[in-house]
Amino acid sequence: MTVASAPTVTARDEALDMSIKAVPVRHYGQWLTAVVVTVLLGAFVMALAQNENLDYSIVAANLFAGPILRGLVVTFQLTAVAMIGGVLIGVLLAVSKLSSNKVLSAIATGYVWFFRGVPLLVLILIFGNFSLLFDTLGIGIPFTDIMFVEVETNAVMTTFVAAAAALAIHEGAYMAEIVRGGILGVDHGQKEAAAALGMRPGLAMFRIVLPQALRMIIPPTGNQLILLLKSSSLVSVIAGGELMTAVHDIAAVNYRTIEMFFVASFWYLIIVSVLSIGQRFVERRAGRGYNR
Amino acid sequence: MSGKGNMNSTPMVIAQGVRKSFGRHEVLKGIDLEVNNGEVMCFLGPSGSGKSTFLRCVNRLETIDAGRIRVDGSLVGFKERNGRLYDLTEKELARQRSQIGMVFQRFNLFAHMTALENVMEAPRHVRRQPKREVLDRAQDALARVGLSGHEHKYPAQLSGGQQQRVAIARALAMDPKVMLFDEPTSALDPELVGEVLDVMRGLADSGMTMIVVTHEIEFAKEVGDELVFMDGGLVVEKGDPRQVLENPQQERTRRFLRATATV
Repeated sequence: MTVASAPTVTARDEALDMSIKAVPVRHYGQWLTAVVVTVLLGAFVMALAQNENLDYSIVAANLFAGPILRGLVVTFQLTAVAMIGGVLIGVLLAVSKLSSNKVLSAIATGYVWFFRGVPLLVLILIFGNFSLLFDTLGIGIPFTDIMFVEVETNAVMTTFVAAAAALAIHEGAYMAEIVRGGILGVDHGQKEAAAALGMRPGLAMFRIVLPQALRMIIPPTGNQLILLLKSSSLVSVIAGGELMTAVHDIAAVNYRTIEMFFVASFWYLIIVSVLSIGQRFVERRAGRGYNR
Repeated sequence: MSGKGNMNSTPMVIAQGVRKSFGRHEVLKGIDLEVNNGEVMCFLGPSGSGKSTFLRCVNRLETIDAGRIRVDGSLVGFKERNGRLYDLTEKELARQRSQIGMVFQRFNLFAHMTALENVMEAPRHVRRQPKREVLDRAQDALARVGLSGHEHKYPAQLSGGQQQRVAIARALAMDPKVMLFDEPTSALDPELVGEVLDVMRGLADSGMTMIVVTHEIEFAKEVGDELVFMDGGLVVEKGDPRQVLENPQQERTRRFLRATATV
């Protein structure tokens, strides 16, 4: 059967015949894996549900318990303070590292090298036990006994301050690299155009380069925020008072450790899910002027 | 009409023995030039001849290794005291650059700002002029390049020709003493070249001192007061554009013009 042998077909019919009704490729493998995964997952859920070592009434009873909710608030506070601090430190370090000032650049490089190298857990423990290192803190003239201000370490370094400082300082080292990557991703011509208009390097950085770098900085920063929120649980080793500390405290009394870890997992999952949605909105907003 | 005839003879830009190397490669091998006030000087030459590099030395986007460049009497990039040269500070350098307009091949509009914000940026944040006044003048500048009604568009929403005209308006908003054009139409679709050249022609007519690196031979012939042909980091030939183009004295110039004519 050829087209030439069917002279009665009009152009319109022919056009209709050209519309595509192809049979899609069948993904049998995909179906098979879906079945296998469902079975395995089902078995695991059943094993958890029927586990006699787990008492779900304890999970339910503690989900909204006062100490847990108070711990959640501290987790938020810690994360917020450490993130703001980390971003500020990161921007400062990134700009310093890229500046023509060799001293600033060296300081920034040293900072990133040191605080990326020390594990966060160790950093938190050192800050939490700062009074073992220095029993007083103050401002004075180096290499003399002259002090203008001096206070007991434990009066200033509360566990919250120690925890927030450790998290922010650690976060700053990572943010520095993210911000630096963003700055380097901005077309060099932007800086030249700014210079040609008479903008000094600092002004060009903050008015022209950084706002455009934001588009590249935001997605990894969202990841950092989520990571930081979960890392704040490490603060429980110095009894930082956040969610994980609260969970540990209750578990120490009722000995239902796994149930209490379920409570913690529930809350971290919820917060991370909300943050992920927020991240998507912010990303869209930062794309201004590009994706229209 | 062209920029021809409305110049006087005070030099706006003077280059003496300008040399510049990138690593071991010497791209400028001693350039001596004078651009008079109100004059349009066009640079022609093969790529790699050093014409763009020279232009970028005039507002010190590139540093020079030897020689002197002066714009409106003051030394570019240095100050001279008791016979010694001192590097300008960032602040002094920025001040100097703010008086020299530059238009780039790739436009380099600030991508996160609208056309109007691009034009207002430097007068607002470099000169710190009052917002009301800057706004009025920015709108005038955009009107001057034929872009009224496009004030609130982002660069990505404008055609190449429109972007380049915004870039010209942005440079004009600083009232520069001289305008530098670095192959302003080379990145444009052929049909958009005309609108940019028209704006430049109007600028020349208004008496702006201009240095233009270009491949537009017709523009150089019509608008240019002087034409400089460069090759291998040296000025091969310079003079009245018509004479250089129609009756080139150097074999290298003849060869270049023959090659471009056959394209």
